[in-house]
Amino acid sequence: MSPLFERIQEYLPLLVTGLWQTVAVTLLSLVLASALGLVWALMRSSGTRWLSLPARYIVEFLRGIPILVVLFYIYFVMPELGLDLTAFQAGVVGLALTYSCYIGETFRGGIEAVDRGQVEAAKSIGMRHGKMMRRIVLPQAFRIALPPYGNNMVMLLKDSSQVSVISVAELTMQGKMLASSTFDNMTVFTMVAALYLCLTIPLNILMRRVELKMGAAT
Amino acid sequence: MIRFENVHKSFGKHEVLKGIDAEVDKGQVMCLIGASGSGKSTMLRCVNGLEDYQSGRISIDGETVDAHSSSIHAIRTRVAMVFQRFNLFPHMTALQNVMEGPIHVLGENRDEVRARAEEHLRRVGLAEKMDFYPTALSGGQQQRVAIARALAMRPDAILLDEPTSALDPEMVGEVLSVLRDLAQERMTMLIVTHEIQFAREVADGVIFLDQGRIAEHGSAEAVLSKPTHPRTQDFLRRVTHPV
Ligand SMILES: Nc1ncnc2c1ncn2[C@@H]1O[C@H](COP(=O)(O)OP(=O)(O)OP(=O)(O)O)[C@@H](O)[C@H]1O
Ligand SMILES: [Mg+2]
Repeated sequence: MSPLFERIQEYLPLLVTGLWQTVAVTLLSLVLASALGLVWALMRSSGTRWLSLPARYIVEFLRGIPILVVLFYIYFVMPELGLDLTAFQAGVVGLALTYSCYIGETFRGGIEAVDRGQVEAAKSIGMRHGKMMRRIVLPQAFRIALPPYGNNMVMLLKDSSQVSVISVAELTMQGKMLASSTFDNMTVFTMVAALYLCLTIPLNILMRRVELKMGAAT
Repeated sequence: MIRFENVHKSFGKHEVLKGIDAEVDKGQVMCLIGASGSGKSTMLRCVNGLEDYQSGRISIDGETVDAHSSSIHAIRTRVAMVFQRFNLFPHMTALQNVMEGPIHVLGENRDEVRARAEEHLRRVGLAEKMDFYPTALSGGQQQRVAIARALAMRPDAILLDEPTSALDPEMVGEVLSVLRDLAQERMTMLIVTHEIQFAREVADGVIFLDQGRIAEHGSAEAVLSKPTHPRTQDFLRRVTHPV
């Protein structure tokens, strides 16, 4: 085998393309999951049964299915029902659906933790529900939900490796292919782990910073 | 202008208001006193629909208050409320708190609202604190911001639920003096309070609530100085000479 340094140099470009795929899958599904999670949370705290019950059932339904099965379903079953998605698209959608539940619960927790007195104060100046949510409740709820949301983000980043099962060429997938062609498992997977840490550690530090700043601002 | 006619209110099986009849006239200050749990807050909160009631009628200038009707939003803009625990919006400065309703509910012009809000804050003695966030203000200052927030809506009446009971003793005076000024300007107010001396000074009328019923109702002098009901006598003895 060639020296370690040369092997690292040889593997790195391929793994870095995988890393970018991981970043892309994570960011896209994070945006989708957050938007969808916000929808679930708003439906559940709407005070209208017609909205809160469906949201509750959707969340419970999705949370009861393993992420791998969700991915298989979207990638292999949906085409039979006429929805043809690329592996990348299916991966993003699957992750987003699954994480919309966790993120939705995080947002809901934040909304419910906002002091009741805030809602009453907003109502007492004549605010309607929507404006009250937008201007009074959500700004405070986001602040409360930020630490658990940060956790959701890191979990989502790590779980993005799951989309390798439907052959999205992200970091884990690239690692697996490289390892099986070179048999250099130790180097390859050590590099894969290190590259994930290059993302998760700065993300954790960033979240802590933001939390401190938010804590100081109030 | 605020009228209760045989109002009944229950929380589940527990009847909290058992047939309330009362009226607050325009320009009047009505103080609501009574023991803990007698239904004072509930009575107040029914007026702006923070609670609903099961039977009877509450009306503002003849318009029925129905917490479940969409007309409630308009009623709330006419009847402001000040809470025991202030409930200022923590992510907004004092000035933004005061401007919030007029701009985002009434849709008024921002510059005009700002000028008026600054004026209201000056009047309650907070000219220096306009750009402070609530957490940087003392309890007394926060409650004065809350009063300015209520005034900025240019309400026909203000409901105040124990506006001084969450305050340290040295801050009670500054809030009461703001309320005295408002009373002098004939602002219609319905105030839940345990400050008997204050009630004596400013109240046109006093209602003594006992277990969901009005036990005594009359001028401040009559109810506070010559109470006839034994419950009122007992209550006044306890709040004016705490053991
Ligand atoms: N949301 C609620 N659900 C159930 N019961 C309630 C609710 N709010 C108030 N009550 C009950 O109604 C009764 C009257 O309460 P209310 O808060 O009006 O009393 P109060 O006179 O304001 O008392 P205090 O001086 O302690 O503020 C109490 O027995 C209380 O436990
Ligand atoms: Mg009360």
